Amino acid sequence: MPGISREEVAHLAKLARLELKGEELDHFAGQLDDIIGAVAAVSDVADEDVPPTSHPLPLTNVMRPDEVRPSLTAQQALSGAPAQEQQRFKVPQILGEEA
Amino acid sequence: MTGMNTDLIKLSAAEIAGRIARGEVTAVEVAEAHLARIEAVDEKVHAFLHVDREGALAAAREVDAKRERGETLGPLAGVPVALKDIFTTEGIPTTVGSKILEGWIPPYDATVTRRLKEADVVILGKTNMDEFAMGSSTENSAYGPTGNPWDLTRVPGGSGGGSSASLAAYEAPLALGTDTGGSIRQPAAVTGTVGVKPTYGGVSRYGMVAFSSSLDQGGPCARTVLDAALLHSVIAGHDEMDSTSIDQPVPDVVEAARNGEVRGLRIGIVKEFRGEGYQAGVMQRFDESVELLRELGAEIVELSCPSFTKALAAYYLIAPSECSSNLARFDAMRYGLRVGDDGTHSAETVTALTREAGFGDEVKRRVMLGTYALSSGYYDAYYGSAQKVRTLIARDFEKAFEQVDVVVSPTTPTTAFPIGERADDPVAMYLADLCTIPSNLAGNSAMSLPCGLAPEDGLPVGLQIMAPAMADDRLYRVGAAVEAALEARWGHPLLEEAPSL
Amino acid sequence: MTVTELVSYDEALATYDPVMGLEVHVELGTRTKMFCGCSTELGADANSQVCPTCLGLPGALPVVNASGVESAIRIGLALHCEIAEWCRFARKNYFYPDMPKNFQTSQYDEPIAFNGYLDVQLEDGEVFRVEIERAHMEEDTGKSTHVGGATGRIHGASHSLLDYNRAGIPLIEIVTKPIEGAGERAPEVAKAYVAELRELIKALGVSEARMEQGQMRCDVNLSLRPKGQKKFGTRSETKNVNSLRSVERAARFEVQRHAAVLSSGGTIVQETRHFHEEDGSTTSGRVKEEAEDYRYFPEPDLVPVAPSREWVEELRATLPEPPRERRNRLREEWGITEHEMQSVLNAGAVDLIVATIEAGADAASARKWWMGELARSANEAGVEPAALTITPADVARISALVAEGSLNDKLARQTIEGVLAGEGTPDEVVEKRGLAVVSDEGALGTAVDEAIAGNPAIADKIRGGKVAAAGALVGAVMKATRGQADAGRVKELILEKLGVEG
Ligand SMILES: [Mg+2]
Ligand SMILES: [Zn+2]
Repeated sequence: MPGISREEVAHLAKLARLELKGEELDHFAGQLDDIIGAVAAVSDVADEDVPPTSHPLPLTNVMRPDEVRPSLTAQQALSGAPAQEQQRFKVPQILGEEA
Repeated sequence: MTGMNTDLIKLSAAEIAGRIARGEVTAVEVAEAHLARIEAVDEKVHAFLHVDREGALAAAREVDAKRERGETLGPLAGVPVALKDIFTTEGIPTTVGSKILEGWIPPYDATVTRRLKEADVVILGKTNMDEFAMGSSTENSAYGPTGNPWDLTRVPGGSGGGSSASLAAYEAPLALGTDTGGSIRQPAAVTGTVGVKPTYGGVSRYGMVAFSSSLDQGGPCARTVLDAALLHSVIAGHDEMDSTSIDQPVPDVVEAARNGEVRGLRIGIVKEFRGEGYQAGVMQRFDESVELLRELGAEIVELSCPSFTKALAAYYLIAPSECSSNLARFDAMRYGLRVGDDGTHSAETVTALTREAGFGDEVKRRVMLGTYALSSGYYDAYYGSAQKVRTLIARDFEKAFEQVDVVVSPTTPTTAFPIGERADDPVAMYLADLCTIPSNLAGNSAMSLPCGLAPEDGLPVGLQIMAPAMADDRLYRVGAAVEAALEARWGHPLLEEAPSL
Repeated sequence: MTVTELVSYDEALATYDPVMGLEVHVELGTRTKMFCGCSTELGADANSQVCPTCLGLPGALPVVNASGVESAIRIGLALHCEIAEWCRFARKNYFYPDMPKNFQTSQYDEPIAFNGYLDVQLEDGEVFRVEIERAHMEEDTGKSTHVGGATGRIHGASHSLLDYNRAGIPLIEIVTKPIEGAGERAPEVAKAYVAELRELIKALGVSEARMEQGQMRCDVNLSLRPKGQKKFGTRSETKNVNSLRSVERAARFEVQRHAAVLSSGGTIVQETRHFHEEDGSTTSGRVKEEAEDYRYFPEPDLVPVAPSREWVEELRATLPEPPRERRNRLREEWGITEHEMQSVLNAGAVDLIVATIEAGADAASARKWWMGELARSANEAGVEPAALTITPADVARISALVAEGSLNDKLARQTIEGVLAGEGTPDEVVEKRGLAVVSDEGALGTAVDEAIAGNPAIADKIRGGKVAAAGALVGAVMKATRGQADAGRVKELILEKLGVEG
């Protein structure tokens, strides 16, 4: 298993939306490297013909009928909003595509 | 009055409920006694993040009024409970031990919260925990660590250290925990209390802030096996709001706890649960417990579960992977902390600044680890392999339960360690969950109960009992028998040996 | 934005062969959202149809809407797909403020339906088979409004406002396999495919599929390769094309643009592009420097969906006749040309005509009223014919009154006018307005006699064998009876009285 570099940590932080400081990158790179070293043992079974388990119980087909349940009120929905305007969540400018 | 209050806080939940039902004490008196205890000792212990004094007293008054009206009361009516701060509570702050949710007041109750209220249990407040339940010491709380009532310089376990400490400090007779890799059982072990991780799907996860969805399970914490069973039966059962909830009757855990018995049972001990890293005093108490089980009439069977050696590794891939996705919603847009919104920063930057400021190191580590493990280039080697290990562990358990009724082990390899000792050594910290993790990966039920003090440090040791999925009652049957035999031997409950605060 | 001198379409096709991929998202018309019980009703106040689950509040969990799964299976079956025996939802992880959990609950490598096809008919009758890769279930996002910039654009906005009412509404994403071999007809195939799919979705009753309301949106992926080459070229992905005409125009524009870039020695970059209704052009959106890493993994909060074969067969039995086959059958039954059928289709009158026939009218008169008088009224009112206050049963009743001679065409039109004006049923309008045809033979005879007496010259011509001249006398009678006579009967009487064989 390959180790993890400072640059990789920076990339992961970007994907995970963490604005890490420079010294944190070094700190985490070392620790993540240790952890990845410790968990790499799982890859011993990578080639084994074993079905993966994503869920501990063998349940299937849990569904609900298409019936309306009460929603929150808009006031409740917005009660934790850091900012709001016109009964909507107010968020900073979204840098995105010309839509 | 003081004397009576001291008596009240030392009573079991079953006894408190009985006295309230018989009119020997009011629910308000019980609540006040516990609130007074919290006031007296919680500055030192720091088990609570939020005490809902008014809410607790109002709920207690309602119980008393119901009794006066002659209404039938549930088996835990009027009994105070401490709720881990991971369950949403309408109108009461829920922080999950994180800065990112500081001051967040949920607009809805978790199913567990609702069931407690419906059972007329009195919720005292919310207990401290490792941030987002990630940790084994409660040191990762953004609001400071909790002390272990046996020795305030040591950890009370984690992530549910606030709940376990509140029990050991007599601040509450019952508490709620969640167990993703041992977060109910390991704190129980190191504080000399009882904790149960029910079968996955046995207790609804709706309203339980997710850490790792396929592993998280809420469960009861108490000072006695019977109390845990009473709480278990209040919170367990099918919930249509949780797709992974089991739609079957809850095993009769209360009946099992009232009829402890191991005679004729086959009890397995797993050879992989010992060796390097296990404290001598822990193994001594464990071996004595096995001997006790034999004396009580159980047949002891030695087993091997070879894939258990890979459980920790699989866990530290699956849990971070799921959490990296579960915690993505904390983005400063709809609720919680927002940092850096000065009109120039974009939403993306504000999200990144907020998560940087709002998450602690352990959360950041796991989120990045999970992001890594799920990346397209690494998915098969890490996440995919971890899910295969999970299958192997489930098969090992299956084989074991073909031969035995329950499996026992130490709950945790060591007793409570000093606060700060493993704080910046994640890999060392992760070892605390060595014995508890296999049951989370396989989804079966497990309990920890006190089995003595380690001779070298005088700190509590936990005995873990593991039963098959949906056979949670076996935990209580065996646990109650062990508890009765040990207390007979000691002459009192183990917790009485803890120093007074 | 780089401006490229486009190559003419014919020139582009002379050198290159287009390959297309179409991804269509359909919003299902379920009562509730895909994973929670919030209503999907349109037009509600902002953030009034949200709950802990679709708002992504900490602790909330999803539960699958059974109707959503049923619709997905029916769509899959109608597209001749295989239905998975066992499949799961997956999380597609990426951050965006309109997505409350910052992952979309979708399906990844285990779609509920896969490997199908849809035959589409081009305008000249040629049938082209579009192969379907997969149809899978997912959820919609919230809606953002951009404030402070020019005309609601995201660029230059000072902030945005989010309404999550739409977040969590069920979507079915239908993805084609690469469409090869359409050649110059690629844009037409694209349009015909989306049109056919929309008809199918509507026939299934799973969505109203109104493109203008975003209930159905199409991404057009297109690449060119030199003629004779097997390997696909680099594609562009034109997102959210929201009308049939735009689908065709977007494909056409991209063919011309790609050809221009390639012919001048340039390379196509893989990117998303945006379509502009105003001029039919596309402009560059986000360049995909590196493949997006969505870190898909099975959704641990949901258990697998394993539709039993019995259920699948039950649902197969509910499938409607495929729209194309139905259209062809009706065209034959009605005895009309492809072109006439196309007009009926364009007018949105197929189902109305069918219903009118079912209510007892003959095909010709049903089509005549809906395509004539009623199409005109709908057009004037700016609504779909189906939105008119007149029902197929009303139209059938009017046809019956005409057939039995109680109404003539002119009176029938007045009756329709009355029904549209809300004056009641056809019978009530006839009654209130006194529109019945004068069929009293005595009264009619008198009027005919008067007309003959008043026009002796014409009467002579008729007597002399010029039967066509009878029209003038019929006109006179109709005038005298204020249109309330049965013109056919009037003509018969005139010829009878003048002793001429009709
Ligand atoms: Mg999609
Ligand atoms: Zn909802």
